[in-house]
Amino acid sequence: MDALMALWDGAFGSWYAVLSATMVRATPLLLVGLAVALAFRAGVLNIGAEGQLLVGASAATATSLVLTAWPRPLAILVMAAAGALAGAGWAGIAAWLRRRFAVLEVISTLMLNFVAAALVSWLVRGPLQEPTGVYSQSATIPESARWPLLISGHRLHLGFVVGVLAALGAWWILTRTAVGFRVRLVGASPRAATSAGGVNVARTVTGVFLVSGGLAGLAGASEIGGVTWSLYEGLSPGYGYSAIAVALLARLDPRGVIATALLLGALEAGAASMQRSANVPAVLGQVIVASLVLGVLGAQALRYRGLLRRGGVAKEAGA
Amino acid sequence: MIDSVLVPLLEATVRTATPLLFAALGELITERAGVINLGLEGSIIAGCLAALLAAQVGGVPLGFAGGAVAGLAVAALFALGVVGLRTDQVITGTAVTLLALGVTGTIHQSLVDVAVPTAAIPTSGSVAVPLLSHLPVVGPVLFDQPLATYALYLLAPVLAWWLASTHAGLALRATGERAEAAAAAGIATTRVRWAAILFGGMMGGLAGAALVLVQVGGFNEGMSAGRGFIAIAIVVLGRWTVRGTVFGALAFGGAFALQYLFQTSGSSVPYPLFLALPYVLTLVLLAVQRGERAMPAGLAKP
Amino acid sequence: MSDALVLSDVRHSFGRTLALDNAQCRVRRGTVHALLGENGAGKSTLMRVAFGLLSADGGRLEVDGRPVHFRSSADAIAAGIGMVHQHFLLVPALTATENVALGGRGLLHRARAVARVKAFADRSGLSADPSMRVDQMTVGAQQRLEILRALAHDSRVLILDEPTAVLTPEEGMSLLRWVRGFVDGGGTAILITHKLREALAIADDVTVLRRGRTVLSRPRVEVDEAMLVEAVTGDAASESALALPAPARRPTEPVLALDKIDLIDGRGVTRLRDASLEVYAGEVVGVVGVEGSGQRELLRILAGRLRPTRGRVIAPRRVGFVPEDRLADALVPEMTLTENLVLAEAGSARGRLDWRAATERTAALLVSADVRADGPSALARELSGGNQQKFVVARERARSDAALVVEHPTRGLDIRASARVWDELLRAAREQQLAVVVYSPDLDEVRAIADRVVVCFAGNVRAMEGGTAGSDRASLGRALLGVN
Repeated sequence: MDALMALWDGAFGSWYAVLSATMVRATPLLLVGLAVALAFRAGVLNIGAEGQLLVGASAATATSLVLTAWPRPLAILVMAAAGALAGAGWAGIAAWLRRRFAVLEVISTLMLNFVAAALVSWLVRGPLQEPTGVYSQSATIPESARWPLLISGHRLHLGFVVGVLAALGAWWILTRTAVGFRVRLVGASPRAATSAGGVNVARTVTGVFLVSGGLAGLAGASEIGGVTWSLYEGLSPGYGYSAIAVALLARLDPRGVIATALLLGALEAGAASMQRSANVPAVLGQVIVASLVLGVLGAQALRYRGLLRRGGVAKEAGA
Repeated sequence: MIDSVLVPLLEATVRTATPLLFAALGELITERAGVINLGLEGSIIAGCLAALLAAQVGGVPLGFAGGAVAGLAVAALFALGVVGLRTDQVITGTAVTLLALGVTGTIHQSLVDVAVPTAAIPTSGSVAVPLLSHLPVVGPVLFDQPLATYALYLLAPVLAWWLASTHAGLALRATGERAEAAAAAGIATTRVRWAAILFGGMMGGLAGAALVLVQVGGFNEGMSAGRGFIAIAIVVLGRWTVRGTVFGALAFGGAFALQYLFQTSGSSVPYPLFLALPYVLTLVLLAVQRGERAMPAGLAKP
Repeated sequence: MSDALVLSDVRHSFGRTLALDNAQCRVRRGTVHALLGENGAGKSTLMRVAFGLLSADGGRLEVDGRPVHFRSSADAIAAGIGMVHQHFLLVPALTATENVALGGRGLLHRARAVARVKAFADRSGLSADPSMRVDQMTVGAQQRLEILRALAHDSRVLILDEPTAVLTPEEGMSLLRWVRGFVDGGGTAILITHKLREALAIADDVTVLRRGRTVLSRPRVEVDEAMLVEAVTGDAASESALALPAPARRPTEPVLALDKIDLIDGRGVTRLRDASLEVYAGEVVGVVGVEGSGQRELLRILAGRLRPTRGRVIAPRRVGFVPEDRLADALVPEMTLTENLVLAEAGSARGRLDWRAATERTAALLVSADVRADGPSALARELSGGNQQKFVVARERARSDAALVVEHPTRGLDIRASARVWDELLRAAREQQLAVVVYSPDLDEVRAIADRVVVCFAGNVRAMEGGTAGSDRASLGRALLGVN
């Protein structure tokens, strides 16, 4: 009971908990969860958001470091764009491998995650290492590239607003526009999309892949600009993998991603405080999340099997 | 130069490759049955913790047994989903890995809090093979290794033989290539997939045990450090053959060993990039091997 | 002489469709038994029951005079029955030897297994390269391998499902010669076929199925071609539900036209040869043909989904197309009817979609096409097969103001739903003045609705003279079965 109280306090117990812990942790989950949800909606199994985030963070850092003299809004815009473009480019490799060589994106994006981690590891010891050369991290980015805080005295930054706007925008595009409809069609039935709709499936898939990578890259830029101000190896505690849970629990609905990202953010923030005050391991939050995902998967599978049975469809037609 | 640099490097390569190869050989069997198990990472971390706990009770042999059982249990959860309920392999595997990482972390932290700070155990050392270990270069590299490595010397050829020369191995390959044709030939493909996943999980658990009992001597949260995913890369790099998987594991082991070497020697070589090499190589191979169809045709299909 | 295989009073239904209705088949040992019938007559279904792949709803099965009950194909194999499937069940990435060995136990002695395949190949006269992978074999070689595998399992009764459909004429001839030899050596063969000539040339006995019933079962010597045509096609032609008059005068310009079309597929097999066809506004052209005769390709070229290797195609920019597998190719089962309507313009749409207008259009279409559904927001999968098909036909009618190409529109539908779909097609031609092309494997259906019939046989497209009236059932049946 103490543990649960601590969990609640850590997540929602005070304005500080909400604005400086829960929502700050939810920000990257929101953007990356959105990246995964969009990709999955089109049937693209992008599990490389982790790598796309890291590459985005690297590009944003590198860009920020040379933007010292720029006016703030412009510097932020440019570093964010650099992050998004780098993430899209990183995803573009997997998209190209799928389109050109039919390489399963599950394998290629997984490989690229490790390459990205190695890249960061090299950058923070080489080209981007801080001037003294002592620590394995980049120099702190200039003031001009730091993302503004939303409420003074709290750590919540611009990234959260960007994430919410992106989620609402993605929802609007998916449900209201022709492009979004094509994305949903390609995910639901590539055969019908081609045959009845004349949709160019390969092009749609590539487009979604790039946008997904771009969002993950933007999440990297947001972490650099809003939270860490410098690049280092442990920048992401597996946001790219937690994002899969965020997306699935939201049932791949962009609006739902806002809610599930907050839920996971709260769980992480609460779990951290639970450990501090009640000595209950923080990773318990992860257990809860993973169990939820498995539960959702199992329930969906059972529902689908029930449908098949009730339908009683015999696929074999006598010939 | 050879004795001071090359031999330690090669020795470290083989030692680093040992847990990787355990996991990769397991994943190879799983994938040849048409299943890609991203829950392997979960089996490994479960194997790590279980091996540590069991070894504290019953020594190294019980440690390996505990690791195997834990890895198997995690794989059973995965199989229940993908074979039993036909859930998506990629998503289920990821969720299983997240779950195992969380559960092991939780258990470990609660143990640490109540008991000794960090439960450490002595690692089982290397055992020199008489005569063979005195051979130049080859001796120290291959025959002055822990027992777990020797187990792989036996297991790898046995698996290769089993795949090629038994009806069970043929049934496994046929299931991964075209389950419908295998079923028409009287093969119980569901059972084959269950067995292949459980074996893969057990090997993942053994990989975790080897990591704890042979290399590290203790447990850290998330100490599997992506080895399950690396094992999947190794299988791809090895083009779904036992021999290729062995070389793939050595390639990754070598990349890690090289990285340690540069790291400790304080050289200015951009050593982290060596870590990326095997993955890049895997991607390139995946792209160019199209048409030869080394990959099981039914991989990741329900 | 005793019977190798006897099937009595076999009943089987797929959902609400009765596929076998007390079917009978008696196969004498040491004979070639031809099993004839149109598509959907129940031939393959009956033999799948005999091979343990389907469990019948009723009826008896005897092998060598003993009653048996097969729970799986493994039981049938153990009883000495082998089946060569029309769509081969081989593992492409494995070698011939491995495919033959599949399903065994214990150790796999490579050399011994290879020698065994060689021995069977030599003894049976079926050539095979034991170490070649299946995906590198020709279709003929794959079929020989399927037969070899059945023989390797000690099959004494061999069921061959349309074995010559995928073979070149020479390969087909040599296969039939082999079957004769196999039977002369003491084996028994059942040949499922559409081709009357083939049956007459090789069979000792003939059984004909029509709509799941056995309508003829006699020794070869007692039947002739005319009797078989009549038995296969029957006489009963169902009446058209609608009697809309055919267009009085044919317009001068065809809406759809193919001029000397050749189509060669990816494997170098000629699917269509010198095919020409003209379709005019307001008429329904029926296409008939047994499976694999080129009708599928013909329709897809007309619908603009396939480009011919040679020849000229005239077609309007937009052609409505109703594919055979409606749940995979025409609808997204998990989406609403409104979304499935918008699906038709998904490829070309730009910017915002006006869902309110689309919903209104869908509601109007549900009324005009008499689709029974819980409104435009019902999911496509919630509709019955007949209502799904009416929805698809109505949508495709709206897609084009000139032409509609329809593939087997009544697949899986009951009689009543089929009649409504046919009405809808007839209306498209008569009221909307579309040029309509319809393929159906059911001759009666085609005769009932089409103004003209064209027959596909082995890649050749032949127009029947004198419209439907001129193409009486017997001559149509003969053309369909490759008999001049």
